[in-house]
Amino acid sequence: MNNLFVYCETEQGVVADVSLELLSKGRKLANTLGCQLEAIVVDYNLYNIGKQIYKYGVDVIHVADDRKLAPYQTLPTQKIICDIIKQEQPQIILFGASSVGRDLAPRVASALRCGLTADCTSLEIGDYEDKKTVKEDNGELRTIVTPYKDLLYQIRPAFGGNIIATILNLQARPQMATVREGVMKKEVYDENYKGVIKPFDWKKSVTDLDFVVEIISRQIEKSKINLKAAPVIVAGGYGVGSKENFQLLHELADVLGGEVGASRAAVDAGFTEHERQIGQTGVTVRPKLYIACGISGQVQHRAGMQESAIIVSINTDENAPINAIADYVVIGDVAEVLPKMIKYYKANSK
Amino acid sequence: MKKGFKIIVLAKQVPDTHNVGKDAMKEDGTMNRAALPAIINPEDLNALEQALRIKDQYPETQITVLTMGLPKAVEVLKEGLYRGVDKGILLTDRKLGGSDTLATSYAIAQAIKTVGDYDMVLCGRQAIDGDTAQVGPQAAEKLGIPQITYAEEIQEITESSITVKRRLESGVEVVKAPFPVLVTVHGSAAACRTRNAKFYMKNKNDESNIITWGAADINVEDEKVGKAGSPTTVKKIDAVVLQAKESKKLTSSDQDVDTLIKDLLSNHILG
Ligand SMILES: Cc1cc2nc3c(=O)[nH]c(=O)nc-3n(C[C@H](O)[C@H](O)[C@H](O)COP(=O)(O)OP(=O)(O)OC[C@H]3O[C@@H](n4cnc5c(N)ncnc54)[C@H](O)[C@@H]3O)c2cc1C
Ligand SMILES: Cc1cc2nc3c(=O)[nH]c(=O)nc-3n(C[C@H](O)[C@H](O)[C@H](O)COP(=O)(O)OP(=O)(O)OC[C@H]3O[C@@H](n4cnc5c(N)ncnc54)[C@H](O)[C@@H]3O)c2cc1C
Repeated sequence: MNNLFVYCETEQGVVADVSLELLSKGRKLANTLGCQLEAIVVDYNLYNIGKQIYKYGVDVIHVADDRKLAPYQTLPTQKIICDIIKQEQPQIILFGASSVGRDLAPRVASALRCGLTADCTSLEIGDYEDKKTVKEDNGELRTIVTPYKDLLYQIRPAFGGNIIATILNLQARPQMATVREGVMKKEVYDENYKGVIKPFDWKKSVTDLDFVVEIISRQIEKSKINLKAAPVIVAGGYGVGSKENFQLLHELADVLGGEVGASRAAVDAGFTEHERQIGQTGVTVRPKLYIACGISGQVQHRAGMQESAIIVSINTDENAPINAIADYVVIGDVAEVLPKMIKYYKANSK
Repeated sequence: MKKGFKIIVLAKQVPDTHNVGKDAMKEDGTMNRAALPAIINPEDLNALEQALRIKDQYPETQITVLTMGLPKAVEVLKEGLYRGVDKGILLTDRKLGGSDTLATSYAIAQAIKTVGDYDMVLCGRQAIDGDTAQVGPQAAEKLGIPQITYAEEIQEITESSITVKRRLESGVEVVKAPFPVLVTVHGSAAACRTRNAKFYMKNKNDESNIITWGAADINVEDEKVGKAGSPTTVKKIDAVVLQAKESKKLTSSDQDVDTLIKDLLSNHILG
């Protein structure tokens, strides 16, 4: 059976959010295709892996568990994944578009000679008719139509976010794609779902030569800022004007129980830290409420926030592009509007 | 200790994605590069700077810049020469047009094999047009060499190895790899120096340090390049358009802000 696979990225045995999001999406796609959802995990001390991911609807977990395989190293992980793919023949495999996924997936795709679509913002299943025009020996043109069923539509922005391309892998299998963290929704499928673990005999795939790159040191900081989980985001742009004014955003976010985000221009200007950047080259968010303060709303910024449920824009310019996608537009100065919002929130909420 | 290293820098000419017009795409979904102002991909300049720094320290280092693209991508090579690069290779051929990252990395790897002797390949992390960040790791795989992605700083270089600080999403990692190795350089690495007057004068009207290769010169199999060699197919391209919502217009008056908050509360947007 040609199933749908997700490479699950882990740090000290804990599965990354982006992988849980991919499992959630993968389960839905697998249901559409009528196939199983399988995961691949390569790390050390993976004894509770089932507990972590079965509930996302995982049927099979392929596990390579050894001290030598942690932390993540490109070459051994690539070899293991390639051999699992050759053995199991999945029709689709998904990777996070993370530091790890973007290091690994292209290398796997190259070794297997498969197509790989980067940074998808949407994945769907659909059919396609490939039309090729050929010239017959007698000089006449003839169109050959090849129908394909149940392909993975890989939808991604390119060209700095100015276009959206739908990309297909017609023949080579598996169809491979990477997806950025926060793009898909993390959803438990069934708390009681149970799959099976298949240990993978990784020593057959990996040689000593695959360990030539030596990790000298590693500092992984768990980010304290969790934009993706915040129900409310108060985001500031260049129009906020200063680091001091950004403090107003923090005050509002605190009373509303939210987090502070930013545009790249605000980050570049030093108003706030880079981890808060939202957009194409930052985090993708979809909160219940997104309050854009002094943000013009260029396409690269919108790419990271346009799926927010409700958007409020506070801007001195009536014609700022962000206003076109906002549910509420407050024409005014950030420094004047924010303190009033705090005041009236306190007055109206009990 | 060695007096120099052999370095190949990969650099791509890209359309300046700040200035994308309607005619940027052809009917078949491939890019119409001719319609856009062309620049060197920004992160490739970061890679070039790393190579030049090694040459500063080890003057017998030989740097070759390799670019694949239209004939006018020779401009990228010139910019390299103006900064102190020794040689430029332009890989250009109709057969290579329409390549996806797999076919591109195959052609680039074949060109690197044709150059032959090298200690390291330096390239940018990601190009601002295709935006995939796939070509570096794929070229490394095709060459059968290890890769170090997202390099921010080269910390040490010895006769046989390189130690690199990598910039990850959630931290940093320092790794050491033996030669030959491919390194993709992150935008947070040092910015590239400007043109040098001496190198500029020397290379302005001199093409002798530029070599042009076609598909036949790098020994590629035709079915592995261009559209035929590309497993991905672009089904369609949509320009991003703003879909205007019905929005409620308010002022900064006390009354309007009060209305906004009450609206959000009554719709359970705020709890
Ligand atoms: C809208 C659109 C979407 C696309 N999506 C995909 C996709 O999802 N998957 C896919 O396989 N292809 C895709 N392609 C094709 C891809 O853009 C081309 O193959 C492109 O030539 C290389 O990819 P890149 O621009 O993403 O480079 P990247 O992989 O981002 O480039 C990384 C580095 O490799 C080096 N490099 C890359 N290309 C060259 C070159 N020509 N010459 C010298 N050095 C180079 C540079 O140092 C560069 O910094 C897409 C093309 C378009 C137009
Ligand atoms: C490859 C690439 C990737 C990018 N990635 C991202 C990304 O991930 N995220 C991102 O955000 N950007 C990104 N950008 C940058 C993006 O194109 C814009 O430059 C940026 O989003 C603009 O930020 P801004 O809206 O804060 O600033 P501006 O465009 O300068 O807008 C400031 C706004 O504030 C308003 N204003 C001014 N004063 C006040 C006031 N007192 N009160 C209220 N309003 C006021 C103005 O009317 C204006 O609308 C990227 C660009 C490129 C080329």
